Amino acid sequence: MPANRIGVYVCHCGTNIAGTVDCEAVRDFAAKLPGVVVSRDYKYMCSEPGQEIIKKDIREENLDGVVVASCSPRMHEPTFQKAVAQAGLNSYMMEMANIREQCSWVTEDMDEATEKAKDLVASAVAKVRMNAPLEATYNDITPRALVVGGGVAGIEAALRIADSGYEVVLVEKEASIGGKMAKFDKTFPTLDCAACILTPKMVEVAQHPNIKLMTYSEVEKVDGFVGNFEVTIRQKARDVDLEDCTGCGICSEKCPGKAASEFDEGLSQRGAIYIPFAQAIPNVAVIDRENCLYYNGKAKCQVCAKLCPSDAITFDNEDVLVKETFGAIVVATGFQSFRPEEGNQWGFGKYPDVISGLQFERLTNASGPTDGKVKTSKGEVPKAVAIVHCVGSRDANHAEYCSRICCMASLKFAHLVKEKCKDAEVFEFYIDMRAFGKGYEEFYNRIQEEGVHFIRGKSAEVSCQIEDEGERLVLRGEDTLLGVVREIPVDMVILNTALLPQADAPKVAETFGLQQGEDGFFMELHAKLAPTKTPVDGVFLAGTCQAPRDIPDSVAHAGGAASEAQQLIASGKVKMSPVAAYNEEEKCSGCKICIALCPYDAIEFDEDKGVAVFNQALCKGCGTCVASCPTKAAGIKHFEDEQIFAQIEGVCASS
Amino acid sequence: MTHKTRVVRQEDLDPGFFDFFTSLPGGEQILSCIQCGTCSGSCPFANDMDHTPRSIIAMMRAGMVEDVLNSTTPYYCASCYSCAARCPRDINITEVMYLLKNISQVKGKYGSFYSIFGALTRRYGRMFEGELTLRAMLKTDPLKLPGFTPLGIRMFLKGKLKPLPSLIAGRGELQRLYDYAQEAGSVGREVGS
Amino acid sequence: MKHYAYYPGCSLHATAADYDVSARAVMNHLDISYSELDDWNCCGATALASDSYLFSLLAPARNLAMAGGDKGDMVVACNACYVAEKRALKAFKEGGEWSKRITEGLLRIDKEIDDDVEVLHLLQVLVNEVGLEEIENKAVRNLEGLKLAPYYGCQYSRPETEGIHPESPMDLERLLEVTGAEVLDFNRKTRCCGSSLMSTKEEHALRLCGEILKEADYRDADAIVVTCPLCQLNLDAFQPRVNGLLGSDYRIPILFFTQVVGLALGLDPKALGIGKQLTSCSGFLEKYRKGA
Repeated sequence: MPANRIGVYVCHCGTNIAGTVDCEAVRDFAAKLPGVVVSRDYKYMCSEPGQEIIKKDIREENLDGVVVASCSPRMHEPTFQKAVAQAGLNSYMMEMANIREQCSWVTEDMDEATEKAKDLVASAVAKVRMNAPLEATYNDITPRALVVGGGVAGIEAALRIADSGYEVVLVEKEASIGGKMAKFDKTFPTLDCAACILTPKMVEVAQHPNIKLMTYSEVEKVDGFVGNFEVTIRQKARDVDLEDCTGCGICSEKCPGKAASEFDEGLSQRGAIYIPFAQAIPNVAVIDRENCLYYNGKAKCQVCAKLCPSDAITFDNEDVLVKETFGAIVVATGFQSFRPEEGNQWGFGKYPDVISGLQFERLTNASGPTDGKVKTSKGEVPKAVAIVHCVGSRDANHAEYCSRICCMASLKFAHLVKEKCKDAEVFEFYIDMRAFGKGYEEFYNRIQEEGVHFIRGKSAEVSCQIEDEGERLVLRGEDTLLGVVREIPVDMVILNTALLPQADAPKVAETFGLQQGEDGFFMELHAKLAPTKTPVDGVFLAGTCQAPRDIPDSVAHAGGAASEAQQLIASGKVKMSPVAAYNEEEKCSGCKICIALCPYDAIEFDEDKGVAVFNQALCKGCGTCVASCPTKAAGIKHFEDEQIFAQIEGVCASS
Repeated sequence: MTHKTRVVRQEDLDPGFFDFFTSLPGGEQILSCIQCGTCSGSCPFANDMDHTPRSIIAMMRAGMVEDVLNSTTPYYCASCYSCAARCPRDINITEVMYLLKNISQVKGKYGSFYSIFGALTRRYGRMFEGELTLRAMLKTDPLKLPGFTPLGIRMFLKGKLKPLPSLIAGRGELQRLYDYAQEAGSVGREVGS
Repeated sequence: MKHYAYYPGCSLHATAADYDVSARAVMNHLDISYSELDDWNCCGATALASDSYLFSLLAPARNLAMAGGDKGDMVVACNACYVAEKRALKAFKEGGEWSKRITEGLLRIDKEIDDDVEVLHLLQVLVNEVGLEEIENKAVRNLEGLKLAPYYGCQYSRPETEGIHPESPMDLERLLEVTGAEVLDFNRKTRCCGSSLMSTKEEHALRLCGEILKEADYRDADAIVVTCPLCQLNLDAFQPRVNGLLGSDYRIPILFFTQVVGLALGLDPKALGIGKQLTSCSGFLEKYRKGA
């Protein structure tokens, strides 16, 4: 039964629409459309008084359908759906015509815009006439959260959710939590010791009654949907028992297999069996099978097992697959550091005294390979150190964006060099000084006062100058403020390398249904208003996996993601949109075309009945199955053929 | 190192120059420059330039016509492309230098090597190195000639200097291409007037 | 069997005649099918662009139009020709203003560029198209004991050559390794030699060459191996003037890579034009003969 008491509301949106569309003309046009009994225009339809106009008409004019011609449904569909529901009209009897993003904002021609607005309104009216009331359904939410990634963001998110009383599983790919922050020495601008402020949180995670910590594990598969994610987690075989190992370290000491220490950024060696770092949580060893002599087939070895006082080591264990259900997921998988390629202009990889920021962190760290002393590869205290900003960042050849934290990290490094290397000259090469945060500008001022030489100009190249005494590193760059080229001999160069998305970001994105932006980081739902949400309901982002940021911003962002997860779980039930596909089984020929095409894996095949079965919870209402079904067995609520044809006819009618 | 400071008033600047330059194909690249100085820092001849490459771009954007078109900087460009390879905004500064040499107001003084090269290319079709060097030297610094004679003789004896140019049949075609280039408006207009 | 349009360029017919001689000798020995591009004209190097921008695209375009098709891709031996021809080809392929003018200009002389034509450097042809394995098989003399500094100059890898890092190409090292010689880790391998500014800004260009020679000397190079006739000229013919300016005493032979590869292939040094250099190669040749 077509709706025939329709109200049309044309919004001016200030001048956003009215500046290009003649709203009065559209209003008058709409008033004459079949089924329309009232047609109005108003400056801001989404405002309280605007919504009140609609509600009043519903009540007083007995409307059975509403069309709001305004902005994109992505902005205000929920607003107007709620408004009409409050006045007693079913939400799905409300249609929006987008006369802003798709009309007034794409042309400056007033005639063109007004004509198109009329077409769009006619289309919406035609559709709403064919709409039927629909009811949403509700599913229970599993009151558990999954946090993926145990860096500072993941740790923060896990603790916040766990503290509010919900169970959390924290899955970390490496053998210990801590992430990049565990490697740092001091943090800017307070020069707090990173380990000192992080390790208590790491211990809290380990001891929290609501947190189940799964280290050396990765999420393999995510099935299900918001409120009920079915997650398969692969617990990789550590070969060391988590309960029995005391972290004494004898195995590591005696291990004949050697590899470059990842934690020390390649500046030291570790055994094939090793504890990641002194404050590792869990403080348990792990075997790196690639470098283990036993696993390589090079020797029988197993010295570690023989020497272990707690008998904690066994070999040839298998990975274990664990299945868990969660209501919400927080992805906090972090970033990786840019590694300049072979032949790069700064000599990284060629000259041992050209090091990355993370490598320098390990040098100054008391638990690092040089016990916290800053020394060149020759073991000497450097007399001149250059610090270079923007290595890989703001660079069309690598990452176009700014990595946000490097200016502050550079200032921090300058301070540490000054502190640890008596009489050393420090030259900081920068393009801009981005000291945007709380206490940051003051920190910059402090470093200036420490006598660091600031040279405004990206250091163009590091080469080795041949002198009588041998070879010396020389930095060449333009001092743009002076307008001269400078060549400065140095003993050490610290490169502040770009923050890049993790190498496995594409795989993680696929697993969780995330999008990667052009820069490779995971995309948020709305850049301004929803930085922790994603287009996937129930999956949230925390920390640098979404964009480069420093520790306070990561903690705040993680808190936001935790809050989203808490809110979801606390609401108890998740609303399932009724705009979903359905299958008329009598018409289904069992061809399975829809199953292959469904982007959300929402369709399964019932072997017994020989028909496709649609999971309405997973269905996003994209319509691919409907379009592909040869027998028209598949249909979609709210977008049935009659409704779509009505839209088309509505648009074409006036032309 | 002395540094002259001065005031630049808006009326001293020519925004038309900025528009003209950025309207040339390839010229619009300079809009993206972040003035990082990588080009200058990479340039093997930056030490001798009156203005560094980065500075030239800044002056172009400001509309400082006289300074840019009288600068000797473009004539120090060896086309090594180090700047272009490293520029974080992907600007081909070498090409910018070529464009500047085409419209430079000091091309008569510093560009003789290039104009002689062009003339010889059109005359013979192939470069006659002997004549090029001789003519260029005579035009710029004839007193250098005696100093180069020993080198010239050694090269001649090693068969590295040809006494006569080689001519190609298609010389006329090159001249026609050049005529077309002049018509089609290569680069150039009355600047700063 | 791929056929190439060999484009020697102006220098190879004059100051770098030995490069031409050794290039042909090597190509013949390796059975590379080529013929010199008929009636080729000067590519304009980097000079034309500074005089007449559009003409600097049209002159090399004439060569491009004459190559391609069954004449084969263009093979050049000189870095400057490589840059000039690639520059014109890129402008042509990009579409847009300059591309249109190139097409229009060429029409005036009844020519057009074949869309598929490529420009290759002879070094690339040896390494990628003939292949290192083939060259190793045909090598009969081991150059063990000779220390070679590979020097590309600027324009082999810049502004951009596909698959090659602009500052760290490795083709020359890989090729020279096949000869058995010790290939030095030469930091200044893509630093500028001064190029045509040796004529206009001699002192500064001499200093740049000085830096290159200094490192080669420091690393005990028996020769610097180059891929460009202008680099060769600057480093070789002007070496005495470098010494005069800096007070140094460098006597480092500057050889073309085709000459070194030719030696490894067993070709006679004279036939490769070795000895035509202004800096004596007798020390180098002595070492080479001892190595037998």
